[in-house]
Amino acid sequence: MSLSTDDVRHVARLARLALGDDEIVALQAQLSDILAYAEKVGEVATGDVPPTGHAYPLADVLRDDEPRPSLPPDAAVATAPQAEDGRFRVPRIVDEA
Amino acid sequence: MTALPEQASRYEAVIGLEVHVELNTRTKMFCGCATDFGGQPNSRTCPVCLGQPGSLPVVNRRAVESAIRLGLALGCDIAPVSQFHRKNYFYPDMPKNYQISQYDVPICLRGSLTITTAAGEHRVGITRVHMEEDTGKSLHVGTSGRIHGADYSLVDYNRAGIPLLEVVSEPDIRSAAQAQSYLSELRAVVLALGISDAKLEEGSMRCDANISLRPVGHTVFGTRAEVKNMNSIRSLGRAIDYEIARQTDLLIAGEPVVQETRHWNEDAGTTSTLRVKETTEDYRYFPDPDLIPITPAAAQVDALRAALPELPAAQRARLAQDHGLPREQAATLVAVGLAPLFERAVAAGAAPVDAANWLNNEVVGWANERGADPTGVPLAPGDLAELTACVADGTLSKKLAREVLDAVLAGEGSPRAVAAERGLVQISDTGALTAAVDAALREHADAAQRVRDGNDKAIGALVGAVMKATRGKANPALVNQLLRERLSGVDDGR
Repeated sequence: MSLSTDDVRHVARLARLALGDDEIVALQAQLSDILAYAEKVGEVATGDVPPTGHAYPLADVLRDDEPRPSLPPDAAVATAPQAEDGRFRVPRIVDEA
Repeated sequence: MTALPEQASRYEAVIGLEVHVELNTRTKMFCGCATDFGGQPNSRTCPVCLGQPGSLPVVNRRAVESAIRLGLALGCDIAPVSQFHRKNYFYPDMPKNYQISQYDVPICLRGSLTITTAAGEHRVGITRVHMEEDTGKSLHVGTSGRIHGADYSLVDYNRAGIPLLEVVSEPDIRSAAQAQSYLSELRAVVLALGISDAKLEEGSMRCDANISLRPVGHTVFGTRAEVKNMNSIRSLGRAIDYEIARQTDLLIAGEPVVQETRHWNEDAGTTSTLRVKETTEDYRYFPDPDLIPITPAAAQVDALRAALPELPAAQRARLAQDHGLPREQAATLVAVGLAPLFERAVAAGAAPVDAANWLNNEVVGWANERGADPTGVPLAPGDLAELTACVADGTLSKKLAREVLDAVLAGEGSPRAVAAERGLVQISDTGALTAAVDAALREHADAAQRVRDGNDKAIGALVGAVMKATRGKANPALVNQLLRERLSGVDDGR
């Protein structure tokens, strides 16, 4: 599978990456190579294997509904770039129309 | 909104609802943080719900059981294998840049809910019920106080990670009334299961509506708008009516409906653009590598099914059948959550229709005036039975009985004790009323004459005078009877 430069721009926008035109061209080739490599997996005959998100032979690891201690509030925001009144401070959420 | 009725009637609305139900588990979906309300911001967070690197989510067993129980109540198939996915997006209401949700293998599929409106019964298909986690709460700081025009936002993740069930309906709804009935019925089911307090006003139940129009008779869907922020069943109806009118105007004017998310503004009674809808692909769902599949065993599902409580539809039918209640009355009892109290009062000897009337009108009114939940009213079943008996045997008039009920609810004692204590017992003794009746005839001789002259309504003034003289305690039927005896005979008390 080969990606277009528009595909690269779209993925970059979703990841909030500002890329220059030369970077987009370079990444177009690199990402296409990576996808082609991953597509090799598709060559294996797996018609009788159900799809799975995991390689582990595990299911249903569940927790009882018992509360456990939370972090002290100061610790929760300690690593935030900005905090105010115990809350995480973030840039405005919706761009002006 | 200017669409002419004949133009508007060329279109039919196609509506699907997405309802989020916040579960009342003690802990969050994937970590042991408590789900309490209030408290300091970020005081119920941990590395898991803050999305710190290296932390691992573990699924709450009770949340899974609640999901299965709701699915069973809605007649869904329970998936033998279901999986959590990551829904990726940039929005700080989740600290991880994704929300853990379910995508192509939700836990419940293909159910239905039957609703009743003035137009009759209607079956609404349920596409799916899936598990996910709630988001944090943002406080928008700036002169506007709203998300638009805010300078920055402050985020509290106490709510982030609380278990949610999302119930997605098929686009089987055609009107605001049907949507309201669907939401109301779903809420009743959730309350009967006891899996959420399901308060729309407080956000523990939230409803988004996907609304589009198409020419009547067409089968292809029009472009839809998703409307959010309806905080009551009434708001849902208003928002849908507004949106149908808005889209009708656009279509009649030959303008396109834009696929977008719109915000319902309760005060203005309008919807406005919140954001142009991101396409599904943009969320880049993929299986969460930190969470392994959920595989409910058939035996476990059967056990949960066997333990389901009586659901509202069955309860309404049974109340109507067993106690001879009109359907409306049975429906109200179930809707306000007073069916259990009703049945205990009937078991204690109350006449069913009378007991239902008192509960649906006076008791619900009493709770509403106090902003209280009717299910918590401090009324013993035996006291309700005694009250209805007092009215039935003439000890109390309806009016006095209301006063007695207020006192009973205020904790002053049983109805008979309150009536005796306050001297509220209805006067049904002819001898005790004769003096008051005669006095009324003397003092309102003109009214008495009008009645004799054939103006029957004039008797109201005489009855009123007797009621006033006895401070409302006279038995009105007896007063009427005594007055008529006097007025038809020669003895008019003079």
